[in-house]
Amino acid sequence: MNEDRLRAAVSAGVLSSDESYRALLQSIVDVARAIFAAKASSITLLDEDADELVFEAVAGEGADTLVGRRLPSSTGIMGWTLTTRQPLVIEDVAQDPRHSRDTAEKTGYVPKGLMSVPLLYEERALGVLQVLDRQAPFSLAEMELLGMFGNQAAIGLDLLQRARRAKAVLDEGEADVAAVAGLAAQLDELEDDRRAAGLALLQALRDVLRK
Amino acid sequence: MEASPHEHEPENEREPIPAWSLPADAVDRIRLRHKWPERVTREWAWGEAGGAGVSVCILDSGVEGAHPLVGEVEGAVVVSLGDDDQTIVEDDHEGDLCGHGTACAGIVRAIAPKCDLHSVRVLGAGYTGSGPVLLAGLRWAIEQGFDLINMSLSTTKQQFAGLLHELADSAYFKRTVLVASAHNMPVESYPWRFSSVISVGSHEETDPLTFFYNPEPPVEFFARGVGVDVAWMGGGQLRVTGNSFATPHMTAICALVLGAHPELTPFQLKNVLYLTATNVGGDV
Repeated sequence: MNEDRLRAAVSAGVLSSDESYRALLQSIVDVARAIFAAKASSITLLDEDADELVFEAVAGEGADTLVGRRLPSSTGIMGWTLTTRQPLVIEDVAQDPRHSRDTAEKTGYVPKGLMSVPLLYEERALGVLQVLDRQAPFSLAEMELLGMFGNQAAIGLDLLQRARRAKAVLDEGEADVAAVAGLAAQLDELEDDRRAAGLALLQALRDVLRK
Repeated sequence: MEASPHEHEPENEREPIPAWSLPADAVDRIRLRHKWPERVTREWAWGEAGGAGVSVCILDSGVEGAHPLVGEVEGAVVVSLGDDDQTIVEDDHEGDLCGHGTACAGIVRAIAPKCDLHSVRVLGAGYTGSGPVLLAGLRWAIEQGFDLINMSLSTTKQQFAGLLHELADSAYFKRTVLVASAHNMPVESYPWRFSSVISVGSHEETDPLTFFYNPEPPVEFFARGVGVDVAWMGGGQLRVTGNSFATPHMTAICALVLGAHPELTPFQLKNVLYLTATNVGGDV
């Protein structure tokens, strides 16, 4: 058994991964929406296998319907932001009839204006953060702020991806890894005394297996 | 499609001067044929040409040629990669897949109305192949000998950095000027960081001809990039913000200079930009 894979799989079991990281992403879009006094904010993640962007977290308009929805990875404003790694701000999207129609069909909501920033982690483009229909006129200082949010969201997305990869190792059906991960998760939930006893038992088991 | 070739060739074919030395009898041969003024002003730098005779390539999401703010587009191609990774360049009938390329083209047209616009679309075939397609598109554009290539895009992939650097240098030596958007995020991205390109960030002023030289590289110039009214898809218009819109402002100013002084090398062009920048000598 590859030790890295075992470690990743156990981590996944202990952290009940997906939900925690989704909560982090949700918190980022909630805060972005509040700070920019916007109607909505979203984070989309690049699904490299399907070459599509998937909504992972949405605050405000579309929060109930958009998560899980998919868009092309290199067309439209989101696709352009992802592939060019460049942020951009658009005021009055409604003047663009084609975009409005396309967006309405895909998301059920047509924004008037938007800020779109690529989520970059190390050398990878992981997805896109958007803030829709903000109140005040835009300034360059806000672009910096958006960039910082983007950085935070990118770290969250990276964690989510790592957790999903680890979970995939478990789901591959390797019974030994799943059994160990399950044990780790159960152990983590025990009270101090029983946890100590459980750890001692595991240590004894390691000693037996080593012989 | 064909780009208009450069018109910088010497009048007569002459023995090339070795790259590493200058023999005494060759000094006369590199004498500049065009006299520089004692003081470089915007009036001298831009002249009255309006960018006439200058070919400008928009390497982006395509350009909507029928847009009234864009006018005539001399050529439009789409770049893709074949099964064996060979570059495929075909006429582009899709127009613009996002609106961004049309916006850039409109900005250039507004400032340098007489330049020749060309669209090279490197987006639309999915994210996965976008890096290699960007490289292939840039290589093709450099081979065409465009005077200016507007690159409101970047890549963060280290594997492409070396190749992009080579391409940027080869363009510089072939008198094709790359104008590239700088990044305002804490990541390494290319090609704007290379010194052989002209890198552009945004300022907040509203005059399209106001641009600043930045004495603290890597960003070399700041041009208008906030609250810009631009052409968009479907014949529409939008108000937009971003370094990717500051870049075509700088591209267009370069087109004005090259329209008035087609003999300039990229090095000389950068000198003219420096001397005519708003914070250097451009406001007098």
